[in-house]
Amino acid sequence: MNIHLYVPCFVDQLYPKAAMAMVEILEKLGHTVEFEEKIACCGQPAFNSGYWEEARTVAARTVEGLESAEVVVIGSGSCGAMLHKFYPELFKETPLAEKANALANKTYEFTDFLVRKLGVTDLGAKFPHKITYHDGCHGLRELGIKSQPRQLLEKVQGLTLVEMKEAESCCGFGGTFSAKFPLVSSAMGDGKCASALETEAEYIVSADSSCLMQIQGLLTRQQKPIQTIHIAEVLVSR
Amino acid sequence: MSQDLTHRAVIKKALGAYEIKRDENRSKYLNWQEARQAASEIKWEAVNHLDHYLLEMTKNLEARGTKVFWASNAEEARQYVISLAVEKKVKSIIKSKTMTSEEIHLNGALEKLGYDVVESDLGEYIVQLNEEPPYHLVFPAMHLTRGQIKEIFKRKLGSDTSDLPEELTMVARNIMRQKYLTADMGISGANFGIAETGMISITENEGNARLTTSFPKIHVSLMGIEKVIPKLGDLAILLPLLATAGAGQQITCYNTMIGGPRQPGECDGPEEFHLVLIDNRRTELLADAEQRDALHCIRCGACLNVCPIFKNSGGHSYGTTYQGPIGSVITPHLRGLQDWKHLSSASSLCGSCTEVCPVKIDIHHHLLHNRRNAATQMPVWWERIAFKGFSIATANPALFQLGIKIARVFQPLHFLVKGTLFDPVRAWTQTRDLPNIPAKSFRQQWKSKQ
Repeated sequence: MNIHLYVPCFVDQLYPKAAMAMVEILEKLGHTVEFEEKIACCGQPAFNSGYWEEARTVAARTVEGLESAEVVVIGSGSCGAMLHKFYPELFKETPLAEKANALANKTYEFTDFLVRKLGVTDLGAKFPHKITYHDGCHGLRELGIKSQPRQLLEKVQGLTLVEMKEAESCCGFGGTFSAKFPLVSSAMGDGKCASALETEAEYIVSADSSCLMQIQGLLTRQQKPIQTIHIAEVLVSR
Repeated sequence: MSQDLTHRAVIKKALGAYEIKRDENRSKYLNWQEARQAASEIKWEAVNHLDHYLLEMTKNLEARGTKVFWASNAEEARQYVISLAVEKKVKSIIKSKTMTSEEIHLNGALEKLGYDVVESDLGEYIVQLNEEPPYHLVFPAMHLTRGQIKEIFKRKLGSDTSDLPEELTMVARNIMRQKYLTADMGISGANFGIAETGMISITENEGNARLTTSFPKIHVSLMGIEKVIPKLGDLAILLPLLATAGAGQQITCYNTMIGGPRQPGECDGPEEFHLVLIDNRRTELLADAEQRDALHCIRCGACLNVCPIFKNSGGHSYGTTYQGPIGSVITPHLRGLQDWKHLSSASSLCGSCTEVCPVKIDIHHHLLHNRRNAATQMPVWWERIAFKGFSIATANPALFQLGIKIARVFQPLHFLVKGTLFDPVRAWTQTRDLPNIPAKSFRQQWKSKQ
């Protein structure tokens, strides 16, 4: 399959390892990976802040740039929700409506793509650590992703998954929310971290780098004995 | 900060017990999702044919001697109650829980005129004594500990008890029982209005609403126009759903249907029953097809109980009658977008509210819609400049690359909003560390891989 990998702006700049891991996994499964360099961002920051016109300008480049793609895989539940769920609303009754709908229908979040579209769960990975999993809100509630990452993690050799009580609670990131309401945002993150620490896991794994940036930011500041890692990086570990 | 943490712990503890009971009772449904769907369809039918069902309900109520008053705003509603109190020479008023009364600021208006107004719902009574607004639309005093309540009673009522709930309840009960006997007007809310039979339905756990609506000579019920439902049978799904979602109960202890004042041959009930139907800009929300489903709300408070913003910042921080996610959705419609748009930004859009809403209101997406409406109608100048810059930078690869180079030198994403109040870095680094910026972006690694 010819796969267009959509790399969210902050993953591109801050977490390239996660994106490179996705490339490695998809190629190892025998697929061709493409990356559209003309696209920088899905437009979510403007969209979530209410500036839909500005968001459309950014998003139009994604919609047009990926028009010919066979399938689009995106390494973030949040940006995945943007393309899959919010583009149709953003472009409703505009000339790009049809193309936006077409893009939405061929866009998959990374773990969802592996499990549901490719039917693959065992990637031959080895990660001898105790981990706990954070469900990113957009992936969980907008895209319905819950079992997919767990099915993948279950097949990782040596890995023990201990669920935390607050697995489905928001980490407090919320894009511009984290900057507009930094203290509420951090308090939410503190709750998440405390719940993760209760499991005594070594790593908090998630499919959303933005959540992990928030969680790691708090953990580092508070010098807590647990680390964050993107699921793709776990799945390429040997 | 330590004060904050204590407060958060109190809320967490209060909600912990609720969560267990809610999950237990939700699991008794054969299919909770189907129940939500059915409830949502009932409310959809009612809200989309409000004109029809309101007239059917009032016609049936009036046939049994109920006086119906249509209040288009808070002022009209308050004036009606005040005029009635004056006309009937009312002295003492007892109330059962009604958020609509909070919405129209009725207590203050009545007290200003010298009326003795007492809340009979225990939680409401406590916050009334403590001179503060309800903290939560279902649990008004959830932020107070037993120890604090004991102190409030001691200070305001001169009681000298322990902090045992039984003893505290007896203090309130002894006062309340006298009030029921002396009050000449009882004011209640209405959880539902039933068109088919011409009734209002009141849900409660303390029995105080029954006494409030039947002991005094005059009963006044305040009801938002969106509370009407088509049929009596609809309560079969709505009452248990409200109880489970709102209080973690299978069904609330008392569910009362009132169809009018005391009828000939009946041995109890008030001589007069007045129903005040309140619009107060609900029809403006009705006119908004996109967010009309916000009128489905049955005020169960489930969305507050799961909301991380509510749990961490508390009910009083909203400054609204209706707190939490649903309050953030409807308050801009009821009280003006300009003054209340900030509530819609105070959300991480996690969607927990929408997930639990028993009548399937698309709550968190409406927060997005409010944000869009606010930005369209009255954009904040620096935000608009920031996002114009954002759209230009990210839509143009060359410019984006340049921006990234600058960002690498300074801080990631800082270039978008540098020097503004919107600066994410300043807000971020107060409590959090920034990730180390890797030497090579994915883009660069991809290029060298090709």
